[in-house]
Amino acid sequence: MATNRTLPFKDMGGCSISGVMDESGRRFSGEEIIRSIRNMHERSNGLGGGFAAYGIFPERADQYCMQLMFDTPEAKRETEALLDERCNVHYAEDIPTRPHEAITDEPLLHRYFVSVEPDKSRPHLDENDLMVELHMEINTTIQDAFVFSAGKNMGCFKGVGFPEDIGEYFRLEEYEAYTWIAHGRFPTNTTGWWGGAHPFSILDWAIVHNGEISSYGINKRYLRNFGYECTLQTDTEVIAYLFDLLIRKHGLPLEVACQAMAPPFWEDIERMPEREQAQAKAIRAVYGGALLNGPFAVVVGSTGRMIGFSDRTKLRPQVCARGGDRLYIASEEAAIRTICPDPDVVWHPDGGEPVVGELQAGVQVA
Amino acid sequence: MKRIIIHEEYCIGCGLCEVHCIVKHSRTGKIIRAFKEERDQIVPGVQVERDGYESFALQCRHCDDAVCIEACMTGAMHRDPETGAVLCDTDRCVGCWMCIMVCPAGAIQQGADGTVASKCDACTDEEIPVCVANCPNEALVLEDEE
Amino acid sequence: MPNWLIEPDFVVERDPDRCIQCEVCVRQCANEAHEFDEELQEVFTDSTRCVGCHRCASLCPTDAISIRPAELEFRPNENWSAQAIRNIYKQSEQGGVLLTGMGNPEPLPIYWDRMLLNASQVTNPSIDPLREPMELLTHIGSKPQRLEFSGGETPQLETTLGPQLELHVPVMFSAMSYGSISYNASEALARAANEVGTYANTGEGGLHEDLRQYAGRMIVQVASGRFGVDVDYLNSGAAVEIKIGQGAKPGIGGHLPGEKVSADISATRMIPEGTDALSPAPHHDIYSIEDLRQLIYAIKEATRYRKPVGVKIAAVHHVAAIASGCVRAGADFVAIDGYRGGTGAAPTMIRNNVGIPIEFALAAVDSRLREEGIRQDAGLIVAGSFRCAADVVKAIALGADACYIGTAALVAMGCHVCQKCYTGRCNWGIATQDPYLTRRLNPNIATRRLVNLLESWAHEIQEIMGGMGINAIESLRGNRDHLRGVNLTDRELNVLGIQMAGE
Repeated sequence: MATNRTLPFKDMGGCSISGVMDESGRRFSGEEIIRSIRNMHERSNGLGGGFAAYGIFPERADQYCMQLMFDTPEAKRETEALLDERCNVHYAEDIPTRPHEAITDEPLLHRYFVSVEPDKSRPHLDENDLMVELHMEINTTIQDAFVFSAGKNMGCFKGVGFPEDIGEYFRLEEYEAYTWIAHGRFPTNTTGWWGGAHPFSILDWAIVHNGEISSYGINKRYLRNFGYECTLQTDTEVIAYLFDLLIRKHGLPLEVACQAMAPPFWEDIERMPEREQAQAKAIRAVYGGALLNGPFAVVVGSTGRMIGFSDRTKLRPQVCARGGDRLYIASEEAAIRTICPDPDVVWHPDGGEPVVGELQAGVQVA
Repeated sequence: MKRIIIHEEYCIGCGLCEVHCIVKHSRTGKIIRAFKEERDQIVPGVQVERDGYESFALQCRHCDDAVCIEACMTGAMHRDPETGAVLCDTDRCVGCWMCIMVCPAGAIQQGADGTVASKCDACTDEEIPVCVANCPNEALVLEDEE
Repeated sequence: MPNWLIEPDFVVERDPDRCIQCEVCVRQCANEAHEFDEELQEVFTDSTRCVGCHRCASLCPTDAISIRPAELEFRPNENWSAQAIRNIYKQSEQGGVLLTGMGNPEPLPIYWDRMLLNASQVTNPSIDPLREPMELLTHIGSKPQRLEFSGGETPQLETTLGPQLELHVPVMFSAMSYGSISYNASEALARAANEVGTYANTGEGGLHEDLRQYAGRMIVQVASGRFGVDVDYLNSGAAVEIKIGQGAKPGIGGHLPGEKVSADISATRMIPEGTDALSPAPHHDIYSIEDLRQLIYAIKEATRYRKPVGVKIAAVHHVAAIASGCVRAGADFVAIDGYRGGTGAAPTMIRNNVGIPIEFALAAVDSRLREEGIRQDAGLIVAGSFRCAADVVKAIALGADACYIGTAALVAMGCHVCQKCYTGRCNWGIATQDPYLTRRLNPNIATRRLVNLLESWAHEIQEIMGGMGINAIESLRGNRDHLRGVNLTDRELNVLGIQMAGE
């Protein structure tokens, strides 16, 4: 079955996003996140929905879980040959699903738990670099295969449909995670391809995104300087790569990375104390290519962390709440209150201001 | 009082101040008719002096201590009480030319018919004197007295 | 022998019903096209002397003068154009190289006009720059690939950034020397750059003592003649630019005739009064890229690494490789001047036939530097005919940090692009040292007009960016997704790195 996997040049449209993290590391079922995203049904149009979950494979936490879709059995065979060549596959299985009246044309969905050996001829590449390379190679060279996610102790589940239907289809109520993020799409130009749904993921980064990145053209070229090829041609992809570049490769502290992507205005920088001002100026001058312009609100998941932030002028909605050990971030307050009717605090973060959830000190999630 | 100041380093000697002064003091106020009908009857209140590449548009300074008023025997030369401008009442002028003799700036001329004195009237009825308004290089400017 | 083969370019017509014989035109024409006949008391005009600068018509109080091309038609011939024939008349009459001024006027394609810009609709809100921030602040200089921060509660920046130029509008005044233009024109450019928060470039003629008060917003140029260069000069400006080439005349040096070298210019250029100021075609201490590196570092040493040191080159065939070499040689910025770039004087054949369009040069250089991973190492400034704010926006979207404007700035001061700069008889007081003419440019007026020009362009750039839904210029820079081509071949689209309209 050959499908058209060309994506529109940019993923234009509106969306719903929701994320929940339990900072105590306590894991909880996917039922809640499905309920939250269902609450914002109106914000998506049935052309894409998806989830990312962290802490779902504690028994294989030291292995990369590669979740893939295949449009054809040949693609699956080709991918498996490549995996055998590049890594050790410890365990593989079909991703569990249930028949769902709203979900049709489903591709083959399979997951592989793998590890990679150091490449002696290229000692400068660590296992993460090798995994990124493998991820990109599958996506760019194998016609009918696509990697949903390839991180440790996490996974992305996504497809064409309303997000609550996708959640039920993937039986997410049977998983337990300490962080769940979810997305419902309202694309204005789409080809109904499962790989095109959110989240977008690289290593353990997963991004759900509501908005359009007007700076996509330069973000893509900036990332290319550092070896990232934007294969999907979606603006969400650049956010995932930017997080990987700024935090993993450049080692920037999280708040600095967020400041690079959504920096303060110059008029605000002018009013900062001297040292802070010099720092803010340097970040803008050096990381201009990483500035994300245009309307967006994102929730970013990674191991032990959930980050919400939006564009500098906050042209897309984002509401946060805390209740007990949990941090909630969503497009609408109702989507939070439907699963947490009585939060301790609800607030609307400023544009560009990152909201960070982190595991409490000493909590291990492996 | 605002005075017309000449920044001589920017005076390009074009003579447009003279042209517009003539038009302003013509009967019709229309440039082509003023020149075709009255050119010989009007002496402009501003005169461009030229020496090589340097030039200077000269008009009455409307001095605070105006010796021309003192020298005038008929009281024709007087200060306008409202605007402070030094004006010549041509009905009273007898053409003795004492004002021309005493003017330190050489800014008073004989009128076209040779019977009365003629000088800049500071365009007191205009917001900006026409020589200033039409100077293409802002060499003539209206500035507050220091 | 009479010049009977030299034909007038223009016919000057005087409407006898409107002319008031005021002689303003007579006094304004330095080419003596108008003459007052004392005996007849009437102004007459000699059209053969007219260069089409409109000075007389602009100042005529009755609009009695009109100027049109001389309608002296040759038999139609696509090959032997009137210009080609007249050039031969002129050369066979006078011998020597044909000289000209300003940029290339030939009917070659202008690629800015074949690129169109994007705007937001529905899925992305456009931004109203009058109500919301719209940031144009631009930094030009070498930037590190990444910043280092020390750990701890609040991250502390450990990296020190090299010297940067800070532009409030991404448009600078390009190199125009004192000598090629008048003191008043130089002063106006310097003052306007200070007022707006951008930079003016001294050109290769040094920096007059009286203008050093504005040097904090000036780039001082070092060209092959080294005119006016000493350590104080290097340290007086905000940055130093080594001029290797100029778009109007790649591969040749400048020439300021001795008669223009007045006492003031002689002092500024540090050469004897009245001598020709000839800058050599190459820098005789730069015969290869490693020599350039030595000069860059010699200047960096002389300025204690406090000023960005850049290199200006003309856009020629291998411009991408040359620019890459300049960056690797240590240039903090590279300025590229396209084949339509202006000049005070250049051989016509060179101006009209040497070099490549800035649009292609810019696209190739930006792509090349990115491929090599060294785009951050240097700022990229482009020159070579920016006529309006849209040209600037398109250049920035192609990958430039900022543009240099020369001709546009002169036009703002009154220039009518008559292309006679090389004669030294500029009726607008710009490209001349004749004291009779230089006083025609009141630097107060010229400064005001330049500031108005840059501010209006800044507003237009902001409007265009707002339409795209972009509120910071770094998101426009190199963002070729916001450009679409029309009337371009696949090869042209490929070199420009943009898509076809409709794609």
